[in-house]
Amino acid sequence: MALKLADYKTDVHNDWCPGCGDFGILNAIQMALADMQIPPHRATIFSGIGCSGKTPHYIKTYGIHTLHGRVLPFAQGAKLANPELEVIAVGGDGDGLGIGAGHFVSAGRRNVDMVYIIFNNAVYGLTKGQASPTLKLGMKTKSLPQPNVNNSVNPVALALVSGFTFIARGYSYDIRHLKDIIKRAVEHKGLAFIDVLQPCPTYNDINTKEWFQGLDNIDPETKRVMPRIYKLEDTGYNGVVNDPSELNEKMAKVVEKSNEWGSKIPIGVFFQNEHVPTYQERLSARIQNYMEYPPAHQKIADANGRPITNIEGLLDDLRVDK
Amino acid sequence: MPELVNSLNWVIGGAQGSGVDSAANIFSRACALAGLHVFGKREYYSNIKGEHSYFTVRVAETPIRSHVDNINMLVSFDAETVFRHSSDVSEGGGIIYNADIAETKIDEVPTIDDHASARIKKTLEKAGLGFSVQDALEHARSRGVVLYPMPYFQLLEEFAKKVNDPALSKLTRMTNVMALSASMALTDFDSGLLARAIQFIFKAKKRVAETNVQAADFTYNYAKAKFADQNGFRYKLQAKPADKDIILVQGNQSSAMGKMVAGCRFQTYYPITPASDDSEFLESNDVLDLYDSGDKGSTVVVQTEDEIAAIAMAIGGALAGSRVATATSGPGFSLMAEALGWAGINEVPVVVSLYQRAGPSTGLPTRHEQGDLNFAINAGHGEFPRIVFASGDIEESFYDTIKVFNFAEKYQMPIIHMLDKAIANSVMTCRVFDTNKTRIDRGLVADKISDSDRGAAGNYLRFKLSDSPLSPRIPLGTENAIFWNTGDEHTEEGHITEDPELRVQMMDKRMSKLDLALREIADEDKAVLYGNPDADIVLVSWGSTKGAILDAIDRLQKDGISVKFIQVRLLNPFPSDLVRSLLGNSKTVVDIEMNYSGQLGSLVRQHVGRQPDYLVVKYNGRPMSLDEVYNAVRRISSGNAPRRQVLKNGT
Repeated sequence: MALKLADYKTDVHNDWCPGCGDFGILNAIQMALADMQIPPHRATIFSGIGCSGKTPHYIKTYGIHTLHGRVLPFAQGAKLANPELEVIAVGGDGDGLGIGAGHFVSAGRRNVDMVYIIFNNAVYGLTKGQASPTLKLGMKTKSLPQPNVNNSVNPVALALVSGFTFIARGYSYDIRHLKDIIKRAVEHKGLAFIDVLQPCPTYNDINTKEWFQGLDNIDPETKRVMPRIYKLEDTGYNGVVNDPSELNEKMAKVVEKSNEWGSKIPIGVFFQNEHVPTYQERLSARIQNYMEYPPAHQKIADANGRPITNIEGLLDDLRVDK
Repeated sequence: MPELVNSLNWVIGGAQGSGVDSAANIFSRACALAGLHVFGKREYYSNIKGEHSYFTVRVAETPIRSHVDNINMLVSFDAETVFRHSSDVSEGGGIIYNADIAETKIDEVPTIDDHASARIKKTLEKAGLGFSVQDALEHARSRGVVLYPMPYFQLLEEFAKKVNDPALSKLTRMTNVMALSASMALTDFDSGLLARAIQFIFKAKKRVAETNVQAADFTYNYAKAKFADQNGFRYKLQAKPADKDIILVQGNQSSAMGKMVAGCRFQTYYPITPASDDSEFLESNDVLDLYDSGDKGSTVVVQTEDEIAAIAMAIGGALAGSRVATATSGPGFSLMAEALGWAGINEVPVVVSLYQRAGPSTGLPTRHEQGDLNFAINAGHGEFPRIVFASGDIEESFYDTIKVFNFAEKYQMPIIHMLDKAIANSVMTCRVFDTNKTRIDRGLVADKISDSDRGAAGNYLRFKLSDSPLSPRIPLGTENAIFWNTGDEHTEEGHITEDPELRVQMMDKRMSKLDLALREIADEDKAVLYGNPDADIVLVSWGSTKGAILDAIDRLQKDGISVKFIQVRLLNPFPSDLVRSLLGNSKTVVDIEMNYSGQLGSLVRQHVGRQPDYLVVKYNGRPMSLDEVYNAVRRISSGNAPRRQVLKNGT
């Protein structure tokens, strides 16, 4: 029997603010899982701390709500111990690019085959609106005592130079588009990153839904509203590295596109490069049966609890009576 | 002086990177091949090349577990070793030194720091001597130490000529083996066994092994001839039939081998001294043989970006169903504190091998201390259950490692396995590890979920409240068993709750697992009594002080001083009843520890209500020697000891 969208929903009361952009991301994840017919038990959603951290509780798959900033190491550990798991990690921009930035960079170096989604609203919501690492310099959202004194990090460019092999951006009010990106990310061989622009209706009074829609962005000639969000694929942009020789050219384009902000903000797939071996492939090169017999599946004792690992070879080497 | 056969304290020193370790490993191996027992320990600076390192190897016919302070044979090829160690060479002992550097003055050795230099100068000045190597040697000679000058450069040239390979004359690296070989000649050690040991240590490099064997042979014969007309060196080493089933094993391999047998298939780490060797040994041997199976097992070892990631990744692996561990030292363990609490509240079995070194902060990064006991017991905010378990020596650490994985899974909690620098950087002969003595117990794991295990929403109740505090684990990915984990307080399904009643129930469930562990863990794993049970003096300690204490007890016994020793192995939950009964009616309780404050002593007072009468502590970064423990206890026994004795020996 085909799995339905309802099969991925829990009855846990959702306590996000009304109008929160997180709802769109939650729906997109559930729709992607249903579209791909991934059995709920095969998927595990890991999360960090913050509003986004509650996401797994609303999704009926295994759900692991970890520590602030540490979602990537938890998720990678599970995936490496059992590569059959479909692992999706989620977290906020403060979680992933502030306290967890070191893990973000290091995850890129590993290229573990999984997905990481950042719910990017430029503020720390659950602690009442402090500036996050993606808030632009000089911005003063309503709960900040002073304008933001830090420059913002560029998540797409950081993912690129860290080594993520799939990099995309979604918008939480374009759920179908985001769902399609999530599906591509899950199918991607390697570590996929999705930066999701997600208005916080309570604390970010600058980058609001209306702002993204461009309600204040009027074409002086036509007097029409010019939406800020546009889709990369509509412009003929193609971030897929078909051949390693294209790498530099494609990377340069990603940086260029990722710097667009203000009146034009691109969403879509910025980059995909499947020519980099995944961490699982790297492990398989030294442990030949790693994929078939990963840590989580290994038998370690017989029926009587006797260990089955044979270290006689190592001990023989240490013996002095031979 | 009469000959002393098979009782020797041998020390080799030199600059880091000059082959001190290799030479000591060859010596240890050679003695072990000769059927002798050895205990060796390595001391080194936080430095890659150039600073002074040394290796002490004690040799005897019966098993030994500790080092002693007096040196019988000092093997050197640089000036610093003579300056730093010659005053510890005992009467009748010998010093092998580089004849070409006898004129070197202490101020010409940049790696001797001002403090050490001032101490050495003071000693020499008092004796009316100057500050050269020759003066230091003269000082030793005046105390009855025999000097053995070796012209290494000339020997290298002659050797190169002899084997027709001029390049070898520049190979000063080989002086380590030449110095070692000279010491073997003086002790009349079997040169054939020496050659075997060299071949073993260099087995990965056949050509290097061959050259070293030839050089050793050449030097051996030279030393035999050159020192033949002197009165023979007092200390001799004679091969005897080896005891059966003896291994020579390093402390940084034993727990790692325990992990292989325990079925730890996922280990994470961030590089840190002295814990990294554990992970590197596992990674070097990542493909594992299995009994009765065509399959190979394997250990995935991941070097993470920091220790926070290390423990987080290990927890992730445990959730997927693997036995997991992470190995670290104090600074890394400090970073793990928050995630330790996450494992506690989510009842995740994870083993942390905590190889202690001297703190706080970076402390003495390559030196020994047992300063992290309180921290291991209390690390992390809030209250959650964890087991803290300490091994006393290399052999124990193998078997204990298998036990702690069982504890982790049976009681579903983080385990901190206390090891330390003294164990990690020592080497000893002991009985071959016997895996037949070990068992694996994975605790409660549900493989099928019945309806009664489900809640109203049909989800698996991972944290089901029942008469038992244990609720079965389930690996991620299991069909029809979906649950949640969160660092927040949780419901039976694992969802967030702030309900006051549920909070109390979940706290009670988790914390009462400690009572269960305390009831179920065998006495021998809680605390062990050594020595005369009726003795008036009882020594209390934990971890790697065990060896020096046991050896000291033997020596005290010979003096007619009867003591007993309680080695506490389970530090949390604390086995109060057992320790109280082992203390019995002993009049004098002596707490012996490698830290400043006597952390175990405080635990004994807290849990047993018995204040230790005497404290013997050490915190200069160098492990306790047999002599130090012996002298400290003798002083207490004679009634002349202060309440707190601070031990200070070691270079």
